[in-house]
Amino acid sequence: MSDSKSIDFASVPDQRGHFGPYGGRFVSETLMDALDELDQLYRKLKDDPEFQAEFDRDLAHYVGRPSPLYFAERLTSKIGGAQIWLKREDLNHTGAHKVNNTIGQALLAKHMGKPRVIAETGAGQHGVATATVAARLGLKCQVYMGAEDVKRQALNVYRMKLLGAEVIPVTSGSQTLKDAMNEAMRDWVTNIDDTFYIIGTVAGPHPYPQMVRDFQCVIGREAREQCLKQAGRLPDALVACVGGGSNAIGLFHPFLQDEGVAMYGVEAAGDGLDTERHAAPLNRGKPGVLHGNRTYLMADENGQIIETHSVSAGLDYPGVGPEHSWLKDIGRVQYMGATDEEALAAFRELTRVEGIMPALESSHAVAYAMKLAATMRPDQIIVVNLSGRGDKDIHTVAAIDGISI
Amino acid sequence: MSRIKQCFDRLRAEGRKALIPYITAGDPNPQMMLPLMHELVEAGVDVIELGVPFSDPMADGPVIQLAMERALAHNVGLRDVLDMVREFRKTNQTTPVALMGYLNPVEHMGYEAFAEQAAAAGVDGVLLVDLPPEEAEEVAPLFRSHGLDSIFLLAPTTTLERARRICENASGYVYYVSLKGVTGSATLNVTEVAEKLKQLRTITDLPIGVGFGIRDGASAAAIASVADGVVVGSVLVSQIAANLGDPEQARAGIAAIIRDMRAAMDR
Repeated sequence: MSDSKSIDFASVPDQRGHFGPYGGRFVSETLMDALDELDQLYRKLKDDPEFQAEFDRDLAHYVGRPSPLYFAERLTSKIGGAQIWLKREDLNHTGAHKVNNTIGQALLAKHMGKPRVIAETGAGQHGVATATVAARLGLKCQVYMGAEDVKRQALNVYRMKLLGAEVIPVTSGSQTLKDAMNEAMRDWVTNIDDTFYIIGTVAGPHPYPQMVRDFQCVIGREAREQCLKQAGRLPDALVACVGGGSNAIGLFHPFLQDEGVAMYGVEAAGDGLDTERHAAPLNRGKPGVLHGNRTYLMADENGQIIETHSVSAGLDYPGVGPEHSWLKDIGRVQYMGATDEEALAAFRELTRVEGIMPALESSHAVAYAMKLAATMRPDQIIVVNLSGRGDKDIHTVAAIDGISI
Repeated sequence: MSRIKQCFDRLRAEGRKALIPYITAGDPNPQMMLPLMHELVEAGVDVIELGVPFSDPMADGPVIQLAMERALAHNVGLRDVLDMVREFRKTNQTTPVALMGYLNPVEHMGYEAFAEQAAAAGVDGVLLVDLPPEEAEEVAPLFRSHGLDSIFLLAPTTTLERARRICENASGYVYYVSLKGVTGSATLNVTEVAEKLKQLRTITDLPIGVGFGIRDGASAAAIASVADGVVVGSVLVSQIAANLGDPEQARAGIAAIIRDMRAAMDR
């Protein structure tokens, strides 16, 4: 869309967290003061060289950044279209991009002197990343997880326990990620004096969507620099999966001003976008308010949030970060879908052809990138955010294959 | 003059305090609502807060979460809630009814359509828990133009400066949340509430209702001695949960609690 050229993407969100009509701060009054306090502290620290140096140091020595930008040569030649490059967030400590954000928020918690952190988690990746930084900083950590997810993700539950966190199964509502987030909010409103809530994605009330984005932007900054250095130019297209959308915004944001770079966010199409079983609010939802922000949501005719479906627990969420809603409306990013079946096929293909086992979430991005590459020229470049590794999903894939391990 | 203002003016003149029960619309089933609302009035309440069921009630504790799940099992939506108020108004034109709920169902209906239909149904006030005044700059005037009072929350964490701005946007009454937490939380510190209310009185003339943690005649009377209204919810909803097979018993239990509170408050 031509009118997005004149937008200064760095000026968004506004002072109160609005991305166009989206975002904002829709929470009960008890939380407003804490959010103000967090906002003020974050405003101060984000331009503080000392804080940034501390963050960068942790990213380098604890997370292992920069993560490589890898040319997937065999996959590329098999498809015979554009070059597919993978931003290897799967190689981060704890195995996904989530840790970039938990490092940042844990540093904020430390600056605020909060001895306790809480988090919500779906598949458990954000919970593990939170428990990890809490262990490192000696913070008490409690993680809310839908009772259904606790059953499905036993390995990550045990991992969090080993790290010293307490995992609290949530039995209300649909017993999945959205309910875990409700419960974390209830905890926070009750324990606001001593607790920092580490939200795992670019959603929630202001300043979370902005803060999490800023912490995740290291992905895109590195990828931009690496692509210029390794390929000699900017990519033609970026592809990332979108659940809440933190890995996608992290990759996209540093490129938004680069007009020639097309961007594709890939939602979980589940059984198909035209079925009732998917998790694709940007493709099939409409704007509403949930979890502190206005954004595209999956809701019924009464405005009740409906249950979503995806083979990947990390994309199984009825909302999406508000900045994505805005980027969709202004046409800067195209939002597509990949079905469970397409994601599983991509999971197998990347594993066999490149020896890289992607998370099922990231497999959605790989699936769409493979389709897109086939329509492009061999001199063109696609950068795919390989946001996490697939070890956690082996049980899911094995079960689909009818194998119990 | 709004029904809510008339109600508080009358109570003030009589030297009495408002008793404001909360029930979730459609809990345990839609048929029970009308008899329950009328029973509440007979037992001595002044304003009824009617909860609009929502799938993700972030500010509510387990008691009201479950009430909303029971109502949603009957697929009770915002339009059904408005129908209940319309029915109630056929035989009661004096008791104010305030809707209390979350923003998304209202946003889905559309603000203009909601304001129009709510006013036509006989709703008097609206409290949207996740709509702070900052985000209500367009909504509150729209509601006001349809004769609906905008009721806002004040919390222990609300600064006086912020409370001033909130009260400027509010009408009908303001709702002081007596403790940090969700609905149905246990501890209530009346001295702290009294202290906070004394401050709030310096910045607003609006009646102040207090809720969260009020569960019997004694706590209702204690709060009534410092506030203009006493909001009671989870303890009533618990009666419904405890008597799911016997709605008559639930209604009798709720009426008994209300009578007890009324007597203690008027003593």
